[in-house]
Amino acid sequence: MNEEGRFTRRGVLAAGTGGLLVSACDRLNDSPAVRGLLEKADALHMPAQRLIAPQGALAREFTESQMSPVFRANGNTAPDDPAYRRHAGSGFAQWALRVDGLVRHPLALPLAALRAMPQRSQITRHDCVEGWSAIGKWQGPQLGAVLALAGLLPGARYAVFHCADRFGTAPYYESIDLIDAFHPQTILAWRMNDRPLPIAHGAPLRLRAEKQLGYKQAKFVMRIELTSTLAGLYGGKGGYWEDRSGYQWYAGI
Amino acid sequence: MSDAQGPEPKGGDLVRRHRLSTRLWHWINAVAVLVMLMSGLMIFNAHPRLYWGHYGADPDHAWLQIGRMDGIAFPGWMTLPSHYSLADARLWHLAFAWVLGGGLVFYLVWSLLNRHLWRDLRVTRAEWCPAHIWRDMKAHAALRFPTGAAALRYNVLQKLAYGAVLFVLLPLMVLTGLAMAPGIDAAWPLLVDLLGGRQSARSIHFIVAFALVAFFLVHIAMVVLAGPLNELRAMITGWYRLPQERE
Repeated sequence: MNEEGRFTRRGVLAAGTGGLLVSACDRLNDSPAVRGLLEKADALHMPAQRLIAPQGALAREFTESQMSPVFRANGNTAPDDPAYRRHAGSGFAQWALRVDGLVRHPLALPLAALRAMPQRSQITRHDCVEGWSAIGKWQGPQLGAVLALAGLLPGARYAVFHCADRFGTAPYYESIDLIDAFHPQTILAWRMNDRPLPIAHGAPLRLRAEKQLGYKQAKFVMRIELTSTLAGLYGGKGGYWEDRSGYQWYAGI
Repeated sequence: MSDAQGPEPKGGDLVRRHRLSTRLWHWINAVAVLVMLMSGLMIFNAHPRLYWGHYGADPDHAWLQIGRMDGIAFPGWMTLPSHYSLADARLWHLAFAWVLGGGLVFYLVWSLLNRHLWRDLRVTRAEWCPAHIWRDMKAHAALRFPTGAAALRYNVLQKLAYGAVLFVLLPLMVLTGLAMAPGIDAAWPLLVDLLGGRQSARSIHFIVAFALVAFFLVHIAMVVLAGPLNELRAMITGWYRLPQERE
């Protein structure tokens, strides 16, 4: 056997071993039992974070000089829903946020009403699940105050945010539990960087839940529904990316 | 594990080399590091740029970009899973973070209690002497490894390498990883500031990951050069055959 033949065979062997490792990894990745175990381990991050963080712990707030010069717009930047386009055309003057589900008083809050409520302004860091960060200034009423206005019924456990944008035919939505909903920095932002929220960033209203990743920060929020469970809503996992790709529902990590 | 009783062991003797706790942690950690690396490379693929400071995104200055923004920085044979999936990579990465971080804490505490760190990994005053380190480096470069009873103890370069991994690189991986989590940032804001911001933490995470890859490559090279079967047996069963003294 010549040298060349040996090298070729060795090359084939190396490639074969590498290929086996890759296919073994992918088989494990596809195994429901393995994924179930991994998901159980991932699910420990929420209780662990809440254990070490005092209940009122605030996300880091920055000064104006620390803000990103350009805040990257991500996800959908221009919903094509006809009703949304009509509202956008009239500066959202006729638009109202609906709050319903497990509440005592279902609400329809126009932008003017949201602007008239006590405001919170915060300069925070937006962390995308992909890895990038941008620092921007957000202003709006606290979600907790809006929910207090509606009055929660005893069974309410989650706030679900129904949005005007879609990926294909699937509408965007997100959800948080009441601990995050009543966190002081959880606001419904209608203002960004001292200007009305641009459409690319979710006009007229965007959720800011500052202790979680970017995909939780629902844009184009049309309706907030209070529910006792996330099952039965769309894909049942509590959010568009959770349903579609399997991102963790709790995005504090 | 060199507290030899009785006569000094000599080249050719089969001796107890590694404790059970060391062997267990070594292999658990090896799997964890491999999973973390492969899934981490996939996570990097989602945004193949690195920045310094608190923020950093496409419009900002990146100190490193690998490939094109719409390309794949690390190919499928390096990543877990091999097809593009940020969600699946995070599923693995955030689950095995418990194994890596938890294993490290347990091992360090255990090794402190059983005096493994003090007896086997502490660099003695004589070993800190530059002349001693230089002699060890020359011996390594000439591939002249300790023999006989001397092979029972880690030499100073080994102690420094293992010490760097145990006390610097792995803890930094865990801390920079934690600092990237928005929930942790709210709990421990000081951690993020010490690391220079979330994007700096992400950059350090990446750099230290490749420092661990460099350690791994040297580690494997040394195992192969020192006698891979004997070294493997020692790390699996604990039993090690001391190399024969040179004539």
